[in-house]
Amino acid sequence: MRIVTARRISQFFFLVLFLWFCVVSSYGTQWRQLRGWPVNWFMELDPLLALGTVLTTRTLYSTLLWALATVLLTLVLGRFFCGWVCPFGTLHQFLGYVGKRRRDPSSAAAENAYRGAQRVKYYLLFFLLSAGAGSLAAWGIRTVFSHSILPALLAVGTLVLSVLVLFRFLGPRKKAAGLMLGALGFWTCLAFFFAVDRWIDGSLQTGLLDPIPLLYRSVNLAILPLLDSTSQRIHADQRFYYGAWVIGVIFLGALLLNLKTPRFYCRFLCPLGALMGFLSHFALWKIAKKSGDCNRCGLCETHCEGACNPSDTIRTHDCVLCMNCFDRCGRDLMTYAARPSVSGEITVPDLSRRGLLAAFAMGVALPPMVRLSGGTQANWNPHGIRPPGSLPEAEFLRRCTKCGQCMRICPTNIIQPAGWETGPEGLWTPVLNFRAGTSGCQLNCVACGLVCPTAAVRPITPDEKLGRNAYAAAGPIRLGTAFVDRGRCLPWAMDKPCIVCQEVCPVSPKAVFVRERFVAVRNGAMGVRRTEGFRVEIQGPALTPGRFSTGDFYLHVLEGPGRGLHRIAGNGTDALELDSGGPRETLPAPGAPIEIHVRLQQPQVDPERCIGCGICEHECPVSGLRAIRVTAENESRSKSRSFLL
Amino acid sequence: MESADLPGEDRREFLRRLAGTGAVVLGTGLLGYGLYDPEGPGPTQGNPPEESLTLPNYTMPEAGRRISIVYGEDRIRALQTAVTALGGIEAFIKKGDRVLIKVNAAFAMPPVLGATTHPDLVRETARLCLQAGASYVAVTDNPINDPSSCFALTGIGEAVRSAGAQLILPREKLFSSATLPGGSLIRNWPLLYEPLRGVNKLIGITPVKDHHRSGASMVLKNWYGFLGGRRNVFHQNIHELIKELALLIRPTLVVLDGTTTMMTNGPTGGSLSDLKRTHTLIAGTDPVAVDAFGATLLGRSPRDLPFLLKAEAAGAGTVDFESLQPLRTNLSG
Repeated sequence: MRIVTARRISQFFFLVLFLWFCVVSSYGTQWRQLRGWPVNWFMELDPLLALGTVLTTRTLYSTLLWALATVLLTLVLGRFFCGWVCPFGTLHQFLGYVGKRRRDPSSAAAENAYRGAQRVKYYLLFFLLSAGAGSLAAWGIRTVFSHSILPALLAVGTLVLSVLVLFRFLGPRKKAAGLMLGALGFWTCLAFFFAVDRWIDGSLQTGLLDPIPLLYRSVNLAILPLLDSTSQRIHADQRFYYGAWVIGVIFLGALLLNLKTPRFYCRFLCPLGALMGFLSHFALWKIAKKSGDCNRCGLCETHCEGACNPSDTIRTHDCVLCMNCFDRCGRDLMTYAARPSVSGEITVPDLSRRGLLAAFAMGVALPPMVRLSGGTQANWNPHGIRPPGSLPEAEFLRRCTKCGQCMRICPTNIIQPAGWETGPEGLWTPVLNFRAGTSGCQLNCVACGLVCPTAAVRPITPDEKLGRNAYAAAGPIRLGTAFVDRGRCLPWAMDKPCIVCQEVCPVSPKAVFVRERFVAVRNGAMGVRRTEGFRVEIQGPALTPGRFSTGDFYLHVLEGPGRGLHRIAGNGTDALELDSGGPRETLPAPGAPIEIHVRLQQPQVDPERCIGCGICEHECPVSGLRAIRVTAENESRSKSRSFLL
Repeated sequence: MESADLPGEDRREFLRRLAGTGAVVLGTGLLGYGLYDPEGPGPTQGNPPEESLTLPNYTMPEAGRRISIVYGEDRIRALQTAVTALGGIEAFIKKGDRVLIKVNAAFAMPPVLGATTHPDLVRETARLCLQAGASYVAVTDNPINDPSSCFALTGIGEAVRSAGAQLILPREKLFSSATLPGGSLIRNWPLLYEPLRGVNKLIGITPVKDHHRSGASMVLKNWYGFLGGRRNVFHQNIHELIKELALLIRPTLVVLDGTTTMMTNGPTGGSLSDLKRTHTLIAGTDPVAVDAFGATLLGRSPRDLPFLLKAEAAGAGTVDFESLQPLRTNLSG
């Protein structure tokens, strides 16, 4: 079997496996629905996700340990993941193949020539990782300054070193070293006097461009809901995702760029490929030319996926091990070997120090700058309601990789990709929208936390969610609190009975309770003409027949016999029929002033009981801007957002 | 000029072009004329046409209007006894019948909390129907919470499977616009119609529950689960709506489960302390009478429930359940 055939089988297998994981990520009882399928496996294999979270949390969470296998294999073999495993890469490669089918070999080879812009991905990698590195820096500074002697030693040491460097007591590169040490000294001194770590923090932003979360997000939120919209085999009903079109356009755009340049995304943008490019420096085996007997025919480059210049000085850091050069070379000159290419090799990308510094500075500066908006502090957005079990906001942003798995799994479709609600850092992180889905957050459901690959949404148990058994003292997890908008609520503002919110409130005792009030209806004052049996003829404007027959209207006798309320069973234009059931005192006398009252049950929210599940908001019949709405006040993940004593 | 040398060639070329251009011009003109709409959209555009999907009457006149009341703790035995007292399942289900069972699966809660139809009753009813020769038994509801979660957590989904019946999830495409003739609320309203189409028997099974807005959630209130759309607007006039449902849905048999009664915090409950052991199960062919008896388990008089009085006045049944001479059986005795 040709090596490229083996590669294609491998790519096809992993692509199908990935798509299968997307299909089975459904909540339900059928065999093809979640039954312990390792649906996150591709993210677990992703060393960029692993490294990103290690930088932000200093831990390698649970199954992300798989990434170690990828790293070790890449250290030995090179970028096998890009060429043999990555399902996004497979899609790019296939579309690139479609795009170049009719091209003549020389223009295909020209399109596959190495370009300087391929370095962009390395800078992007630096930028994205630096955005997370702030957390590490903050931890470092905190650790150093929690000892009294360490910072002093450090400050003195750096100052001494700087002086030594400046007075040329140290070796080469002294200028640069001096600048670095000077800067370090400066920052150390600064940190010594000010608590810098309060403002240095990072957030996990690799998921914006990391191909694996990007692919999960795109397929699950934009592609599957479209493909499934007619057959409805995967979801019970149409799924909605806020802003899915942006995710979809980016995805399709990335794919269509292949028609111009094969593997455009992989070559120029992919930060995961860039990371593996660095790792492949150490690879035991690399693609190489084994003899100088080469007439530069360029056949090796007609199908070169990495645009890594195999005909000349090969750039192994950009080689995705597609093995096409190997396969195409008419003279069998290419090999995968443990010795360098005879025409030379470049194993590390030639990046400019300035570029790296700029990427690093931008990355480190961005999260603290973004937070100057106050989004994680006093100016937090109450509409950024996080799924149950979510960590406090700053910690959440250190872990969430925007993969959209929680949004995919949520049985009620209420977990939505954030737009700008939680700031630019929070783009595509999960927020709850109780209008979009089919219900609120289901009481006994913990699916989002179980599927989260990084524990940004912690894997909680129903007991923890509901505050039962071992968690009784902690109480239930609150997502927020429901607020009745008395200007929109039917019983409060429109004198119409309703209380759907009270009915559907799932906690016991209910967090939504009602206060009963009897209110005179508009133009409801009139007098009694005469009574006969349970029939009261009235003096006053003609009534709409049947208007007061709903069982919610009462005759209020203001004076004389029968004073008080009597339930109305029905009405004609000039008479009311009172309910014959129940105990009945005397009826009003002719001439007695009466009013027609409506019995209203007006909803109230008990914040001690409300868990913010949003079922009331979802069911509220005021279908536009709901008359009862949940915002994140009182959410249990952050004490500072509570208004309870 | 060359063209002057070949006038015939030139003319042919011109005629060819003329034919081509003429065909395109004519086609474009005709297309434009065909699409021409001088009126524009009228004011009714967008409203669905007045449709009157009406439901068949699933009652069996020969079974009469009867109810039976069984006192006991064991739901399955109580159901068997109650059905036997009404003449046995064969009185309702004939060989080859197609049966739909409407349960209350409104909330994604375990059966022990009593907010939903107990799975034992679903399993046993489906089993009885199949045993009597039914060719098809399906179970459905349009719950308030997420449907698949509801059927999974309430145990109803599993009960349906184990009994060999079909579970129908309320997918959007199963709803059709329906109108109750003479009704004022159920007009062109989405109804879970597809499961009702093609069956000739309808059985309702539901627990007795407190309900703040209507007073009680029992057999008649359970038909709410056939409605789709933003049905919650009907809460403004809930008694009238339940009356209309009572007229729209004419079941073969209804079972009201008062083995436990949700006395407080209904209709969701959520705590065992909301339940009271009332060890009563009612079956019957008059849903109004069954509900009227059920109200007594909640400590309420049927006269306190306007929807029952309205349904009675509309001719859907009688509130005076004693007039049907209910057959009472005590299993514990």
